[in-house]
Amino acid sequence: MNQNKSADNVFKILVAVLAASALIILLITGYTLLSGSLPVLERFGLSFFTGTQWNPVEGREVFGALPYLLGTLVTSAIALLIGVPLSLGIAIFLVEMAPRAVRVPVSYFVDILAAVPSVIYGLWGLFVLRYWLVDYIETPLSTYLGWIPVFSGTPYGLDVFTAGVILAIMIIPTISSVSREVIKAVPNSIREGAYSIGATRWEVIRNWVLSYGKSGLFGAVILGLGRAIGETMAVTMVIGNTVGPAAIPTSLFKGSQTMSSLIANGFLEATPASLELPAYIGVGLLLLLLSLSINVLAEIMVSRVLKVKGGAVE
Amino acid sequence: MNNKIILAIVAIAVVVAGVFGYMYFFSPQTSQAQVTLTGSGATFPYPLLDTMIKQYQTQKTNVQINYQSIGSGGGIAALEGKTVDFAASDAPLGAADMAKAPGTLHIPETIGAVTLAYSLPNIPTGLHLTGSVIADIFSGKVTMWNDPEIQGLNSNVTLPAKNILIVHRSDGSGTTFIFTGYLTISSDVWKNAIGQGKTVAWPVGIGANGNTGVASVVQGTQYTIGYVELAYASQNKMTVAAIQNPAGNWILPTLNTIQIAVQSGASKGLPTGSGDWSSVNLLNAPDAQAYPIVSFTYLLVYKELNVIPGMTQTKATALVQFLWWVVHDGQGNAPPLAYVQLPANVVKIDEASISSITFNGQAVPTS
Repeated sequence: MNQNKSADNVFKILVAVLAASALIILLITGYTLLSGSLPVLERFGLSFFTGTQWNPVEGREVFGALPYLLGTLVTSAIALLIGVPLSLGIAIFLVEMAPRAVRVPVSYFVDILAAVPSVIYGLWGLFVLRYWLVDYIETPLSTYLGWIPVFSGTPYGLDVFTAGVILAIMIIPTISSVSREVIKAVPNSIREGAYSIGATRWEVIRNWVLSYGKSGLFGAVILGLGRAIGETMAVTMVIGNTVGPAAIPTSLFKGSQTMSSLIANGFLEATPASLELPAYIGVGLLLLLLSLSINVLAEIMVSRVLKVKGGAVE
Repeated sequence: MNNKIILAIVAIAVVVAGVFGYMYFFSPQTSQAQVTLTGSGATFPYPLLDTMIKQYQTQKTNVQINYQSIGSGGGIAALEGKTVDFAASDAPLGAADMAKAPGTLHIPETIGAVTLAYSLPNIPTGLHLTGSVIADIFSGKVTMWNDPEIQGLNSNVTLPAKNILIVHRSDGSGTTFIFTGYLTISSDVWKNAIGQGKTVAWPVGIGANGNTGVASVVQGTQYTIGYVELAYASQNKMTVAAIQNPAGNWILPTLNTIQIAVQSGASKGLPTGSGDWSSVNLLNAPDAQAYPIVSFTYLLVYKELNVIPGMTQTKATALVQFLWWVVHDGQGNAPPLAYVQLPANVVKIDEASISSITFNGQAVPTS
């Protein structure tokens, strides 16, 4: 008994240390990024976050991260716009409608999509998908709707739109498999109750199942968003990698660049003694801040808004 | 309870056995007196360096060489941190980095040449371009293929009335450094607005990752133009431009025209290995048959090797002998891989640099 008690204490300390390590890693990362980017933050101050010029050439250094912040937000938004309805559709179909013989293999294949390395998606995007998008979506849209600013420009397939579509495909397995579990966890008594008062299947799913699982589904979307924001390789290969003011995503069919692709592109060859390296580290800091604030916002939304409004007990 | 203790002991035993087993089987110390040299840096010479290292290791079985192609910037940082025995960089060290790594020798080990590759239907290799026209295209001044500036140089073909899609490197790269250096000496507008760098503020065009990325976009999309290393252009059988050199001739990039450029560019005079290489360029070499966009890539090594922690006489000797071999016998690996061999006058300079390397003040034998 006594021995078990002390083993218990050891275990307690051990897991406390392990849990603390997550926090420590985050703090060390934040500190490293902050101290590494200090030279560029001191030199440019706030204009590092609001400026649009990016020039590492010796003697003309200017660094402004705004276009890449916008690039990240716009591509992630496109990814969510396309990816979320698709993922929810997959999840609802698999849980609520599909017969077992379909559900098991399809679930399996959706999960496998998550295991495909991002560079494979990037290569496929570069060699296959971009031509499809140019031929069947971008060219018609820019020909007939080119007067709308977001469809302007000559489409080459290496642009914000292709990056968004690739990201959408990449976040589908994440969002759909988490939402599948969420929907599965909705008690059958809820469904039975709804059917018993005469609701159709569509009504049951919309008004009861999705409503009950709201916060879980929101969590799934945030997970997907997290992947979209941080994704580097696949985006770098298809986004067109423009720099400076040209990277501000004003049209779907223009090249741009995300924060992570900017870092991936420039970091390796950045001259150590120049301001260029601190500038990339500064973009890393901005990326970390963006991810953190999205997660905090999501946390707040889940706890304040969704739980109360959904009326569902967690 | 007993079972748990036994389990724990077994687990620890397995881990310990694993660690020792690993050390026994994989540690270089266990086989006969091994020397391990490490280097890191540029990706451009990596295929050549890798082939050279493999070949060298079959001749000198006691020398193990690890080269990590992490990029020139990373290689220079490692050199300054003294965590590697040698580094490789596509661009020479500037004043700031030279101050952080005093006493660094520049040893040109191979040559890079930049080709202008394009994709135009029915127009084969050999489109005529000049430096100033290329600068006008890449700065966005010339936007159509049939612009008089381009059409005027190519009276034998009819160029299409299509927009030019410009493809540049998105990653920082020695290739961009050479190319923008050429544009800088060819056009004052370029020099004043953009300048030379491994990454520059491109006003137009889209960026693709690596030589492979640029090659793939140019080949996969019509009416494009981009710049790629010679090796990639020839491997991918891309259509490339003939560039006008200072003698007025239209020169296609080939191993021959590039070697001529190095030979004639180097004859203008090069610094010694320990000198300042930051202003060295082989661009616009004077020979009538020289291709104009050519540059060295360098191995960087400290002149006095005792500054590197853990350096020994054996290691220093192995490093110096390896460098000597790279600029001599190792050069035979270059042509099959579409790299250019160092001409004799550059090998001479390298010989002097490598012989000047010392360890604790003593010269190190080169063979």
